[in-house]
Amino acid sequence: MNALFSYLVFPGFLFTAGIGCVASWLDRKVTARVQWRVGPPFFQPVFDLAKLMVKETVIPRGCVRTLFLGAPLFGLAAVTLVSTLIWKILLNPETAFAGDLIVILYLLMIPGLSVIIGGFSSRNPIASLGASREMKLMLADELPFILAVSVPIIQAKGSISLGFILGYQETYGMILGTWSGALAFIAAILAMQAKLALVPFDMAEAETELMGGVMVEYSGPPLAVFKLTRIMMLFTLPMLLVALFMGGVRFSGFGILWSVLKFALLLVLVTLIRNTNPRLRIDQAVRFLWGPVAGIAAVAVVLAILGL
Amino acid sequence: MNMGFKLNALTRSLWVYHLSTGSCNNCDIEILDCLTPRYDLERFGITLVGSPKHADVLLVTGNMTLKNIPRVKKVYESMAKPGVVIAVGTCALGHGIFKGSYICPQCVDEVLPVNLYIPGCPPKPEAILAGVVKLIKHLREKKT
Ligand code: SF4
Repeated sequence: MNALFSYLVFPGFLFTAGIGCVASWLDRKVTARVQWRVGPPFFQPVFDLAKLMVKETVIPRGCVRTLFLGAPLFGLAAVTLVSTLIWKILLNPETAFAGDLIVILYLLMIPGLSVIIGGFSSRNPIASLGASREMKLMLADELPFILAVSVPIIQAKGSISLGFILGYQETYGMILGTWSGALAFIAAILAMQAKLALVPFDMAEAETELMGGVMVEYSGPPLAVFKLTRIMMLFTLPMLLVALFMGGVRFSGFGILWSVLKFALLLVLVTLIRNTNPRLRIDQAVRFLWGPVAGIAAVAVVLAILGL
Repeated sequence: MNMGFKLNALTRSLWVYHLSTGSCNNCDIEILDCLTPRYDLERFGITLVGSPKHADVLLVTGNMTLKNIPRVKKVYESMAKPGVVIAVGTCALGHGIFKGSYICPQCVDEVLPVNLYIPGCPPKPEAILAGVVKLIKHLREKKT
């Protein structure tokens, strides 16, 4: 009962979706302000989702029905679980278990996988093209992300537990404050951008060339579930980075303000990156992520082993 | 779920699929103008989408050429309902300067159920905005 509550309400589905909608609005509003526009009203993400829920679902002829309709749900279930895990540990580091970071990294891949499955099962050449791009992008961003995540692990004396890493930062200060931590943080932000499928890494659903790419055949509620997954990722991934590099969140006095500020800072950074860059080609993206970004992360790992 | 609620939800986030059926491209440029900082249609939750499956609004410009008629029908059928159709420009409304041409036997509203007509060659962005606001008001009134 308790587990169900934390999965569905707090800090699971409802909480993550709610804050995710705020994050999504902030993202769009900042984008609009950067372009000197007014931007959408506060409840716009909610309206979008509500509208999609009441629309008709078009199922293309000849697609694999179960996979086509099931794929969005996989992604949603996975991202809800990740968010629940991260928040349980943030609220109470005792609930952490050995190796929880590996579980989190695994589960974070599932939303991407679900997009690929959905794209391929919809039997549309454009969607297949998008799905194959998404697959390459996943291969590309996983390497720098895991390298960057291994820096806090090395610093926290080799413990693969998010709870322990949080405890370590409590006593020794933020991991971001060290040289290796700062470098790993930069690599992690760029890999996160790719995981969130935002410009410059949105070639899987490039609106102008692929007409929505992997999602081209989706409409109505399944599309809403995909959008919701995206929105929840926009909250979950920055939160993971806050936990790994910036010492997690506090719930007393100014701590709350400071925690919100950390998250908002990361979010605005992501938005600014997205607004000041053009879309890369897939080969350029793979080269970029495996070259300079993975290089930075590798240097960070070496520095962390040297104890800097 | 009743139709009124659906239409009300629709008016708060209209996603537009822009379909040119043989326009001179001037109307299309005016439509893109509506998204620029000066007019900013995103204030009303309106965005352009890339796939007709995502769209709530099919925005048709240009006089419909013979070759395009079956394609336009196909795009309209693949749009998830409920959805509305907007015809922009004199070409789409009648035939404008192409009247009597052998290549465009039918107007848009002889093929699709058009909900909103925006005349002009090309219509000003202000005219398009005024039309969209009228459409939203109309849809909201329909709900009660
Ligand atoms: S109405 Fe005028 S501007 Fe628009 S497509 Fe026709 S000729 Fe071009």
